[in-house]
Amino acid sequence: MIAGYNFAYLDEQTKRMIRRAILKATAIPGYQVPFASREMPLPYGWGTGGIQVTASIIGRGDTLKVIDQGADDTTNAVSIRRFFARTAGVRTTERTREASIIQTRHRIPETPLREGQIIVFQVPIPEPLRWLEPRERETRRMHAHADYGAMYVKLYEDIARYGRIATGYDYPVVVNGRYLMRPSPIPKFDNPKLDRLPALALFGAGREKRIYAVPPHTPVKSLDFEDHPFRVESWRERCALCGSGSSFLDEIVVDDSGRRMFVCSDTDYCSGRRAKRSGAEAA
Amino acid sequence: MSDAAALELAPDAAPAVAPPLLAARGLAKRYGRRTAMADVSFELWPGEVLAVVGESGAGKSTLLRCLSGQDEPDAGEAMYRRLDGTAVDVLRLGDVRRRLLLRTDWGVIHQNPRDGLRFGVSAGANVAERLMENGARHYADMRAEVADWLMRLEIDPERMDELPHTFSGGMQQRLQIARCLVTRPRLVFLDEPTGGLDVSVQARLLDLLRTLVRELEVAAILVTHDLAVARMLADRLAVMRDGRVVELGLTDQVLDDPQHPYTQLLVASVLPA
Ligand SMILES: Nc1ncnc2c1ncn2[C@@H]1O[C@H](COP(=O)(O)OP(=O)(O)OP(=O)(O)O)[C@@H](O)[C@H]1O
Ligand SMILES: [Mg+2]
Repeated sequence: MIAGYNFAYLDEQTKRMIRRAILKATAIPGYQVPFASREMPLPYGWGTGGIQVTASIIGRGDTLKVIDQGADDTTNAVSIRRFFARTAGVRTTERTREASIIQTRHRIPETPLREGQIIVFQVPIPEPLRWLEPRERETRRMHAHADYGAMYVKLYEDIARYGRIATGYDYPVVVNGRYLMRPSPIPKFDNPKLDRLPALALFGAGREKRIYAVPPHTPVKSLDFEDHPFRVESWRERCALCGSGSSFLDEIVVDDSGRRMFVCSDTDYCSGRRAKRSGAEAA
Repeated sequence: MSDAAALELAPDAAPAVAPPLLAARGLAKRYGRRTAMADVSFELWPGEVLAVVGESGAGKSTLLRCLSGQDEPDAGEAMYRRLDGTAVDVLRLGDVRRRLLLRTDWGVIHQNPRDGLRFGVSAGANVAERLMENGARHYADMRAEVADWLMRLEIDPERMDELPHTFSGGMQQRLQIARCLVTRPRLVFLDEPTGGLDVSVQARLLDLLRTLVRELEVAAILVTHDLAVARMLADRLAVMRDGRVVELGLTDQVLDDPQHPYTQLLVASVLPA
């Protein structure tokens, strides 16, 4: 741990303020709670909202995992993990199972989360109605009245234009039958994982100064139409590395001739399966 | 019911036995020191079209805005009879319930289509939004209903996926009407619905409106400064001047035999020799 900083970088008063916002957010699932976002030693877009949430809840006994697009080894994930290793001196891990706090950008791990774990999402745009209604006052009113008919306009337009609901990321959900919420830019593949998730899910938007939450075991429903039900992506391929047929796959270019292959986006899940397989082969 | 019984119930040959759909009493609104509306009272019967006429600045739009929840009057009440027969003062209903009413029972048609349509989404989505606001969640059913309503307003359903700005002014106005009527409201507020349109387009639109209003038996309050429009659409006519209703009666009676000196002037000025 480096000297000259408070534990986990933020001062205690700021952390208390953020924890109050988190408590309120948890008490009103899906409701966006404003908070006084602090300057962080990272630019916006690097997950300053998520980092402030993590900094406010992390304790010395926690084990932190940080992923970006499912991977633990990208620049963004590495620097956030290092940030907390330095400022809080906490243990870090790449194993989903071992982590007590998982900060994430763009994915929910494939390994099912369990009670007691907390997943912290980095959120660029918290307001699901913003594309339709630029006025903050008006979107607040729409939330207050649960006036969400307009949100279905987006689904309607997708089907009219593409024949199906084309939204693939940040697919809007209704939390606990009440608040409309952006799940952050996770693939819609991950939406069903949020439904009655045993872990606590916290969402932090730094630039927009909002925190919201889905408490454990809360129903989360993806918007859809009766005749165009919500459906997740599926692949004909399997993961070229671990053979998984049920995880979210990324298509990557593997050589100069443009050869491609599909691999798990969740690197920990993938390597865990490979380790198990080679263990089985060795036995 | 026999004719005799009906006469007994309405001894003075009142126009209707049913209670009014909307009863406004003592409506008043000031902007600073300027009185925009003072002591306006009237009743509107189910399925009736009431036109509000008067020169610029008479307070017509103020009245409409106050009734439809777009503005708040300083005094007065407006009792609205809901489908279940109970009456509520819409001026004291509170924001949530007033918006619910606007969604389910009422419709507003603005003079400028920009105020009544979303220009960022397709024509079809504009109409479907009203259905979705009222709980519709079946895409194919909505498409069919939207197509039907576009046809009724003489818009080619083939164009339902186009953006409203590709439509002519008259088409935009008809689209706004489709969006409003698709949920079959019981009361519609119209402020100069044919305002920006040229005469031939106006006439066709009015004709359409007249047919639909009669067919759906929807009540309407129609603001216009055009007495010809009032004559064509309205059962009764309210004449406003300086924020007050100076004359109120059956449209033909008021126009053919105006009682108030101001109405006489108004009628004379628009019916040149
Ligand atoms: N928002 C406002 N602020 C101040 N004064 C207003 C406002 N709205 C209306 N007024 C005033 O109230 C009076 C009535 O206006 P209103 O818009 O109701 O007239 P109108 O009969 O609809 O006229 P027009 O035929 O020109 O549309 C006018 O003197 C107008 O200047
Ligand atoms: Mg006006």
